[in-house]
Amino acid sequence: MEEEKEKERKAAARLAELLELLGLAGKGEIELEDVEFQIGELILQPSALAPSVLKAVTPPAVLAPLKVKPTKILEAPFNPFVQEYPGQIREVTFGATKSEGGSRGKTIVVGGATTPSLYLFEKTPPHPPVVTVDTFDMKVRLPKAIRTHVEEVWEDTAAWAKMAVDKWGAEMLTVHLLSTDPLIKDTSPAEAAKTVEEILQAVDVPLIIGGCGDPKKDAQVFTKVAEVAEGERVLLSSVTLDMDEAGVLEGVAKAAGKHGHLVLAFTALDLNRAKELNRKLCEYLPEGNIIMDLTTAALGYGLEYSFTIHERARMAALMGDSELQYPVLAGTTNAWAAREAWLKLGPEWEPRSLRGPIWETMTALTLLLAGVDVFMMMHPDAVKTIKKLIGQFMSRGNAKPEKIANWVDARIQRKNGV
Amino acid sequence: MSEREIKKGVRALSPIDAYTLLPRTNCKECGEANCMAFAAKLVNREISLEGCPPLLKKEHEKEYKKLKEMLAPVIKEIVIGTGDRAVKIGGKLVMYRHEFTYHNPVSLAFEVTDDMPPRPRFSGEEALLDRVKKVDNFLYEYIGRELKLDMIAVRSTSNDPTTFRSAVGTVAEATEMPLILCSLDPNVVEAGLVAASGRRPLIYAATKENWKEMADLALMYDCPLTIFAPNDLSLLRSLSKTLIQYGVEDLVLDPGTFSDEGLSDTVNNFTMVRRNACKGGDELFGFPLIGTPITAWFSGKDSKEMLAWKEAYVAATLMTRYADVLIMHSLDGWTQLPLVIWKFNIYTDPRKPVSVDAELYTFGKPDEMSPVMLTTNYALTYFTVESDLKKFGGNYYLIVADTEGISVESAVAGRYLTAESIAEAVKKSAIAEKIKHNHLIIPGMAARLSGATEDELKNVGLPGWHVMVGPRDSSGIAKFLDEKWPPKEEE
Repeated sequence: MEEEKEKERKAAARLAELLELLGLAGKGEIELEDVEFQIGELILQPSALAPSVLKAVTPPAVLAPLKVKPTKILEAPFNPFVQEYPGQIREVTFGATKSEGGSRGKTIVVGGATTPSLYLFEKTPPHPPVVTVDTFDMKVRLPKAIRTHVEEVWEDTAAWAKMAVDKWGAEMLTVHLLSTDPLIKDTSPAEAAKTVEEILQAVDVPLIIGGCGDPKKDAQVFTKVAEVAEGERVLLSSVTLDMDEAGVLEGVAKAAGKHGHLVLAFTALDLNRAKELNRKLCEYLPEGNIIMDLTTAALGYGLEYSFTIHERARMAALMGDSELQYPVLAGTTNAWAAREAWLKLGPEWEPRSLRGPIWETMTALTLLLAGVDVFMMMHPDAVKTIKKLIGQFMSRGNAKPEKIANWVDARIQRKNGV
Repeated sequence: MSEREIKKGVRALSPIDAYTLLPRTNCKECGEANCMAFAAKLVNREISLEGCPPLLKKEHEKEYKKLKEMLAPVIKEIVIGTGDRAVKIGGKLVMYRHEFTYHNPVSLAFEVTDDMPPRPRFSGEEALLDRVKKVDNFLYEYIGRELKLDMIAVRSTSNDPTTFRSAVGTVAEATEMPLILCSLDPNVVEAGLVAASGRRPLIYAATKENWKEMADLALMYDCPLTIFAPNDLSLLRSLSKTLIQYGVEDLVLDPGTFSDEGLSDTVNNFTMVRRNACKGGDELFGFPLIGTPITAWFSGKDSKEMLAWKEAYVAATLMTRYADVLIMHSLDGWTQLPLVIWKFNIYTDPRKPVSVDAELYTFGKPDEMSPVMLTTNYALTYFTVESDLKKFGGNYYLIVADTEGISVESAVAGRYLTAESIAEAVKKSAIAEKIKHNHLIIPGMAARLSGATEDELKNVGLPGWHVMVGPRDSSGIAKFLDEKWPPKEEE
């Protein structure tokens, strides 16, 4: 009985829909007798169903879904499916101006997001992502595509820094104190700190200070750097669970907190470990001094793992996991670890001067779409493109439909190989 | 807005949901141990419903239909083309890759136009057949896989049915790849459909103006149809409703691809469409999305390289944000390579582990004088080395050290690969019992560990071992071995 009623209800609804389609709704009584509707079998034309022919409604007992070929566009307005998220990414400030106890020209705030990345239809992000350019305190191996751009400053960190800021538009600057590696030059913490002071003099953007990866040595160097760069809110890159195992995490994190700096919490593609490290760090310094690095793998070399872990982290943070509600940084320069970024592959894949930087661009772009806030980059063309894209992504409503309305028959100048 | 009850998300489906609808006779005809095992594979999409022969019988028709509905993807799967090269697009089960996995990799279509001469008339002129051949022959070997391009989009720039028919005929004859027929003029499209008869091309596109004629063509020729509604999602949705009502079942949605100041709108439009379908249960948007990065070429006067660069990053953006088909222009290797690799990567199964087992691997038939190499257990590192070694042929031992799934360079920097861990891995592999030399080749990226490693090998009971520093990239292994193997024993 229930089923029968339900059938009748549906039949009535379909009929009402039909009448509306035919433009006959509310135009008096209509009768359809013994009509069975079958998909594709019956095509009703409005002219064939003049109101006068149709009288009182008896819903047919058997109804298949009805198809009536419409003659005009059926309106189906669009409303975006938007969501409320209980969580928010914390805001973190890089650098400090004179009045704030540092010497930077300006400060940069990242984070604060309340939606997945670039969901402007839900909310415009409060702060745009930023680009920092990598420099090194010693001559390092570089792929040729990059080398040609830095040849003159290769061994002069301060000059490299100035070029990155003045010419390439770097919003922040990173100096990797690679020479402190005990297996390389084992530069002392005091000497490394001097390099940092030089860079603080050379440029007035916020700084990121990179270590060599040796937990104990990094802890010594970072502690010294924290002291000499007192109040500058530099980011110490990076602190790890290995440091905790080596018993040096507490010291370096507390030094960062005491002297007003930020730490980069690095973990290798593992959100549980990221949470664990963040929990530990929160014991030693304020939450607003933590940035996460979840690991950036190069395009072709595991970028999909990085992409997915960043999407998961952002979603978990928005859904309320406070241990993941930190801005994230990506070491996009890692793109150059992919052989396809620099290896000679044959004439059809040339020029490498473009293949390299597009590799870095796409690695960064993918992670921008996954929600990364800070990009460590290297090639000037990749830097320029990502900065341009970030600018474009921060507003919407600028599309001009007429510009592409006729792309289908537009001509492209053709030359061989294009 | 939801026009149906939102389907149980793919992750929420439990084997029990499927099990209760199966025959539950544990007949094992499917090859599984029992119906529960089959159900588990079913909800994991590792097996299809048709793998259960009893379910296909008349008495289980109702259950089969229910299961079919339960397992149907939120984004309809649509086939373009015929035969071996036919592509499936859409068929997506989830919005985010980590929710399950993405199915049916984005199809990459490259355009030709109907005003191109079939063959070059003068030296240097780009001809139709050359371009088709170039797309057809594209191949890049990546970790043992062959990466290729998928489709040809024929655009009518002549707007002349006869010219279009001839061009489509030429292309259809030259390649088995699926086709997209691009023109907003139904007369031109019909000429193309006649020329591509039996090939099931995708029609591009129905618009506010021509939808009725295009719908008739789609029905008459049984082809999927694209809806083009640049930056107007209400129109896109309305046309979807209209065309479904008209009887066209296979639709592809194009909300418009803007390459410059409109790129943000493009990304937001693609995201909103996919989200309404996946999270909002909006059936009118439950169709594959098509992007047209080629529009970058009409975005202003710029050098050829700049336009190709722009087209490439727009394509990468839309690949990440939900496009199921892309129409592109540039055939430059440097723009295609990152795209085919990203396409391959983002469509891999995220449930697949990041690392391989840390143990001894052999290639060919290594003997007591074969080289012994070492690498890390990051899956991509391992597969890269593996594919290079297979390519070279020859006989090798490869010791894979446990670096917690981290690549060589990062593992050295982060101390996941150390002299101690290398020595440990060598000892664990028991390689010393298999060989008569005592040389270990480590990656060039780990060069600075060479001295310390020799010391550590002593400490683990392998005295007198020599560490050789191999190339920085495994592509250089063949050359390295030519020059350095077998090693001179004077040390």
